[in-house]
Amino acid sequence: MTLDTTRRGFLKGAAAGAAVLLVGTGPKGAVAAGHSASTNLNPFVKISSDGTVTAIVKHFEKGQGPATGLTTLIAEELGLRMDQVTYAFAPSNPELYSNLFFGGFQGTGGSTAMANSFMQYRTAGAAAREMLLQAAAQAWGVDASALTLEEGVIKGAGQSAPLGDFVAAAAQLTAPEAPRLKDPSEFRLIGNPDVRRLDSAIKGNGEAKFAIDVFLPDQMIAMIARPEQRGALATAFDDAEAKSVKGYIRAAIMPNKAGVVVYAENTWAAMQARDLLDVTWDVSAAETRSSDQIEAEIRAALDAEPVYNVNKTDMAATKGAIEAAAQVVEETFYFPLLAHAPMEPLNCTIEQTAEGKIILHDGAQMPTGPHMAFAQIFQLPMEMIEIRTMLAGGSFGRRATPTADYQVEAALAFVMTDRSRPVKLVWSREDDLRSGYYRPAFGHKVRVGLDAEGQIVGWDHRIAGQSIMKGTPFEPMVVRDGIDHSSVEGAADTPYAIPAASFGLTDTAKATETLWWRAVGHTHTAYVMEVMMDMAAKAAGRDPMAFRMDYLSDGTADQQRLAQVLKLATEKAGWGNAPEGRAQGLAVHKSFGSFVAEVVEISGTPETGVRIEKVTCAVDCGIAVNPDIVKAQMEGGIGYGIGHVMRDQITLTDGAVDQYNFPDYEPLRIGDIGQIDVHVVASAEAPTGAGEPGTPPAAPALANAIAASTTGLRVSAMPMELNGVSFA
Amino acid sequence: MAIQLKLNGENRSVEADPGTPLLWVLRDELQLTGTKFGCGVASCGACTVHMDGVPVRSCQTYLEDVGTAEITTIEAISEDRIGAALQQAWVELDVVQCGYCQSGQIMSAVGLLADNPKPSAQDIDDYMAGNACRCATYQRIRAGIQRAAEILEA
Repeated sequence: MTLDTTRRGFLKGAAAGAAVLLVGTGPKGAVAAGHSASTNLNPFVKISSDGTVTAIVKHFEKGQGPATGLTTLIAEELGLRMDQVTYAFAPSNPELYSNLFFGGFQGTGGSTAMANSFMQYRTAGAAAREMLLQAAAQAWGVDASALTLEEGVIKGAGQSAPLGDFVAAAAQLTAPEAPRLKDPSEFRLIGNPDVRRLDSAIKGNGEAKFAIDVFLPDQMIAMIARPEQRGALATAFDDAEAKSVKGYIRAAIMPNKAGVVVYAENTWAAMQARDLLDVTWDVSAAETRSSDQIEAEIRAALDAEPVYNVNKTDMAATKGAIEAAAQVVEETFYFPLLAHAPMEPLNCTIEQTAEGKIILHDGAQMPTGPHMAFAQIFQLPMEMIEIRTMLAGGSFGRRATPTADYQVEAALAFVMTDRSRPVKLVWSREDDLRSGYYRPAFGHKVRVGLDAEGQIVGWDHRIAGQSIMKGTPFEPMVVRDGIDHSSVEGAADTPYAIPAASFGLTDTAKATETLWWRAVGHTHTAYVMEVMMDMAAKAAGRDPMAFRMDYLSDGTADQQRLAQVLKLATEKAGWGNAPEGRAQGLAVHKSFGSFVAEVVEISGTPETGVRIEKVTCAVDCGIAVNPDIVKAQMEGGIGYGIGHVMRDQITLTDGAVDQYNFPDYEPLRIGDIGQIDVHVVASAEAPTGAGEPGTPPAAPALANAIAASTTGLRVSAMPMELNGVSFA
Repeated sequence: MAIQLKLNGENRSVEADPGTPLLWVLRDELQLTGTKFGCGVASCGACTVHMDGVPVRSCQTYLEDVGTAEITTIEAISEDRIGAALQQAWVELDVVQCGYCQSGQIMSAVGLLADNPKPSAQDIDDYMAGNACRCATYQRIRAGIQRAAEILEA
């Protein structure tokens, strides 16, 4: 993908300080450094002559830890203590800051922040270190190999000076092409469980600034009156009553008629005026379906022959193997629409400078999206648009829409003004739950054949649901031969050595906007794979753990790593030795390059009330740069996975979303899970994902624990509370 | 109209309608942005502040209901010994992830420890049930409250 962008504006600003050393790796991976706009550089570390070292973090911080993690990589290679380095979020500039896995897009997602940055940031830090040492060596007339840089001080040959003294000279040097990186045995910060988050204090004392905390002089608040029925168009409005609200300014129908923008002096006035606005909607082209119809369509697709044979296997042979099997285990599953509901409602602020530049203040997950959209809307070159990335109050995928939905809304609201006042667009929780993009509903139908010895002889797996990636800029990367990999990931590419396995996929018609939701396809595929494995184990009269190990014994690296976390989690959980009155269930799954096993231990029964007493997790995500943040991501991922399957769904009645606010979409609460123990596998492999992989195994492990409780109930449709399970 | 507020130990005057939720007075008028908007219906606890030392949801507390009560927000809670202990524990244990709900969590937790200096896990779960955290940092919130109790006992 070619992006029309320039780095001129940023470099000009970056080079303004006289003695600033900027080091990074160029787009092709070569190390580049420079101090002027003439050098093609990609700066990840900025060092000022006063010794201030700033990591320029290209990923946004929604709590998953890249601000701390990427800064750690710089500090490690520069030999600094964590308290000697700070961080700033990178500006939007896909040429310099693209996600190496996103093909020219700058953005955060797919649990890639560390995986795609690990070598890039280490290399930048190491190159800066060598340049500073070289500058000191020249100044002192010694060989650089005689010098060391530790904790900000360059020493050797009888001399000692702070690194800041050599920044000006280092900035004149050519960056080393292949700086020497630390050997892992030399790591002091990477992998150190005592390295703390850099953003803890400000998030506990109210100082942290999220996008919603942006207050520009004279700013207006904009909220949008939206239709009940999805897709209805605003044709007229009456604001006679809204005018009674002090602070109400005016209202205007959006250019795309998707709603009516209410402008006000403050948020409360905007909320009140919006409530009082009387909007006339044209529903002729609006959605009329209900979620029951969407579910019926998915179930019908599962009963028909699949459109895609995902792995181009011999489906007839699979069918034949199952027909001939000694016993057949089968189940049909249904997963409803889900909202992301990040804690901070969506919002962003737009201002125009005297020079005509547009500035977007946003918890920007995928800055390239709004950047390109704004270039179109404002008819400006990319360098006249600046995106200031703020802390984000969660996302779970919601802030990264391919359409830049809420940023575009804000831009449309802004262009309908004279642009003299900044506009902050604020969503309410109702906007978030009702007008949002959802994890699409999916259905699975699986038949597993077992022979007389209880071995799997055939696995027929059908999947149906709405594609997430088709029609987005990511389609060329993710969709192959019509198959959206995100619909089948975690199932069709299972590392289990299952004989005669076939996977069929049918895309169903568009029901709502859809979007990746923490762990994307794995949110349903892991559930189905791991519940089916459990059912098959039970049918075979085998222990679920031992049964799985049979299919993880071909010696592939994936199987070995899955087996390792499975062994570790079950050992730590006391698998098979649950206390009286408790039941255990397990699941193990690979996603985003990481391997996670979880054991859920419950008390109670679906009738009397299930209580989740304990979740034990083992994770192998390669080198855990910050093991405590990895643990936190597992804890959070488990909670996110379990909370939604317990009680949440988005439903539609006649095209209108039925849920309004948290009382209808009840979040996981503190008492829902008793205890979570996370064990991080020591690894020398390259880092892989942490933000999402904790989520997929949590729900099936819970389902398997429920099935192992006295009643044996198999929950195959979500949410569990509406499908036979009460929670204590 | 001008309304007088006792806020974080100071007297403040704000121009606002008496029916305005305290949340929006704090955020939009006084730019005390540590208090967060999460749901507007007292269902998530992100907007929790203290009224005469008692945690309340500021999205459902109207200016006219405040009267002469002392309002304390996250910005001033470090002056309270319980608040300071919780903030210390939060940093020690890296409780936060996105951090958006954490002001409210700490403000509620101050109320808990003021009532119950040695809460059990069950006491914490009961008292903190109204504070949602979408990142699910609950395990560390529980540990953070117990750590703060230890700090206060020492």
